[in-house]
Amino acid sequence: MTAIFYISAVVAIVATAMVITRRNAVHALLYLIVSLLAAAVVFFTLGAPFVAALEVIVYAGAIMVLFIFVIMMLNLGQHTVAQESRWLTPGIWVGPSLLGTILLVEVILICSRSAGSVTGQVQVSPSEVGISLFSTYLVAVELASMLLLAGLVGAYHLGRRLKSGPAEEDPS
Amino acid sequence: MTSVPFEHALALAGVLFALGLVGVLARRNIIFMLMSIEIMLNAAGVAFVVAGSMWEKPDGQVLFIFILTMAAAEVSVGLALVLSLYHRFKTLDADAASTMKG
Repeated sequence: MTAIFYISAVVAIVATAMVITRRNAVHALLYLIVSLLAAAVVFFTLGAPFVAALEVIVYAGAIMVLFIFVIMMLNLGQHTVAQESRWLTPGIWVGPSLLGTILLVEVILICSRSAGSVTGQVQVSPSEVGISLFSTYLVAVELASMLLLAGLVGAYHLGRRLKSGPAEEDPS
Repeated sequence: MTSVPFEHALALAGVLFALGLVGVLARRNIIFMLMSIEIMLNAAGVAFVVAGSMWEKPDGQVLFIFILTMAAAEVSVGLALVLSLYHRFKTLDADAASTMKG
C-alpha cells in the first residue's frame, strides 16, 4: 500500500505539472483527469474508499464533463494553440514558480515538525461518513444545498444573458 | 504493512496546491486559470482526507464532500462566466476584461 501511495502521488504531481504547462486545452483537461484519478488512488490507500469513489464520480466525471462541454462549445481551433505559445514565454514562469516554491518550502517545513503516520489500516467506512454527515454536519448540508441552488440560479442567469446577446447585436 | 508518514501525505497536498497556484499566476487563458483553481481545491481536499485518515475520524471525508459541493457550484458559475466573456470579447484572455465599464 505504501508503494502504491508513492507511485500514485508521483503520477498526480507529474500530471498536474503537465496540466499547467500544456498549450492545448483538451490535452490539459485529459492530464487533469489523470491527476484526479491518481488522487483517488491516494485516497483509497489512505483508507478512505468512499471519498475515492466520489472523486472519480463527481470530480473526474461530472466536473470534467462540464469543462469538456464548454471547450467544445467555444470551438477552439489551432489558432488558440498558437496564441497560447505567444502568451507562454519561458520568462513568464519565473516569478510564479519562485513564489510558489517559497510557499511550498514553508509549508513542508511547518508540516515536517509534526509526528505521526497515516496507516490506512483503519478504513473509515461510508456508513460512518454518512452518520457524521447527517448528524454533526446537518446544518452544513443544508447550507451546501443552498449554495448549489445559488450556483444553479447564477449559472442560469449568466447563460441566459449569453443567449439574448446575439439578438441584441444582430440589428446593429 | 508499513505506513505512510503524515508529512509525506501532507507534502503531496502542498505540492499540488503550489502547482495550482503557479498555474493561476502564470496562465492568461481563463480556462486554464479555472482548471488551476480546481487543482487547488482538490489539493485542499487531499489535505482534509489525509488529516481525517490520520485521526481515523470521518470528519475529513465530510469536509471533502463539502469541498466537492463548493467546487461543483464554483465551476458551473465560472464556466458560465467564461462563456459570457468569450461571447462579449471573442477571446479567452483574462486581461480583456480589465475594465469595470458596465
